[in-house]
Amino acid sequence: MKVLFDLFRAFFTIGALTFGGGYAMLPMLEREIVVKRKWCTQEDLLNYFAIGQCTPGIIAVNTATFVGHKVKGAWGSMIATLGVIAPSIVIITLIAMVLENFMDIDWVQHAFAGIRVAVCALITASVVKLFKSNVKKGWHIALAVVAFAVVAFAKLSPVYVVIACVVLSFIFGKKEAKV
Amino acid sequence: MEWLTMCAEFLKTGLFAVGGGLATLPFLTQIQEKYGWFTAEELANMIAVGESTPGPIGVNMATYVGFSSYGVLGGLLATFSLVLPSLIVIMVIARAMDKYQKNPMVQNMFAFMRPAVAGLIAAAGYSVLKIALFHPADTFWASVSWIAVAFYAVLVALLHLKPLKKLHPVVLIAAGAVIGVLLKM
Repeated sequence: MKVLFDLFRAFFTIGALTFGGGYAMLPMLEREIVVKRKWCTQEDLLNYFAIGQCTPGIIAVNTATFVGHKVKGAWGSMIATLGVIAPSIVIITLIAMVLENFMDIDWVQHAFAGIRVAVCALITASVVKLFKSNVKKGWHIALAVVAFAVVAFAKLSPVYVVIACVVLSFIFGKKEAKV
Repeated sequence: MEWLTMCAEFLKTGLFAVGGGLATLPFLTQIQEKYGWFTAEELANMIAVGESTPGPIGVNMATYVGFSSYGVLGGLLATFSLVLPSLIVIMVIARAMDKYQKNPMVQNMFAFMRPAVAGLIAAAGYSVLKIALFHPADTFWASVSWIAVAFYAVLVALLHLKPLKKLHPVVLIAAGAVIGVLLKM
């Protein structure tokens, strides 16, 4: 029981103190999980992270599920996951409650118009980074462009793109196995 | 029974959004266009809130979308729906970890998925761009918000400078708010 409580507390702290999600979480995870509690090694953590990145779902949640599973099986998974999402649920609900009452004020609207532009710039930077690390060969570019076009212009659900990639990997996989 | 549809949409997002965080964005854009539970502008605001508050962005977005559509319970339902598929998938993977990592079929799958996911996130970025830099008007040139375009260009250029690359998103978002108020965007 105590281990489960510790798991919840550790992941609650991680969820409450990391901004930006994804990679921003790695340093916090290292401190709480590897150094402080020794639940897994640094190498384990990077493996979890890598797998979390190419399996469905949010990386932080996937990593929490992994560490929880290693420490205390299925229950550990669930408690660690609950811990990492609990702060978000509370904080975002509070913010959403406040925002809905303030959205009609003029200067709040101006502020959000500016914020939306900043968000665009942030997404642009992320997309550039993603393309640099994942789109290297000719067929990579083709895949990325087609995925972009069918979702942005043909309004197809991204679900089909993910499924199509799985199917393509079964058909053409062997030739490109070492990518 | 619309909240059931919402749960189904977030389960789908949790199951197919590979790559974490921003990977949920194309799905949220899709939900917005299909159901109109929130406007495209609200989605852009949600991203800002999600990026500038602690916690995984995907979870923040699900809570926000759920809350603005169906209140506190909606926030909880959307978040749990989003998390459930990956919880199950990872629990299964954790049991078969070694076999899974070395399986060439699985590695192939990821090799094909990664470039496509980059394209998907670019598509989501494009839909946010349309809202932030344009406003409804009859002709293309009349619809461009030039102040916004200029501000965007400056920010993108700044983000390419080495010392600013590691700048915290909150700083940029705060700057956006200040400039937005000052220039009455």
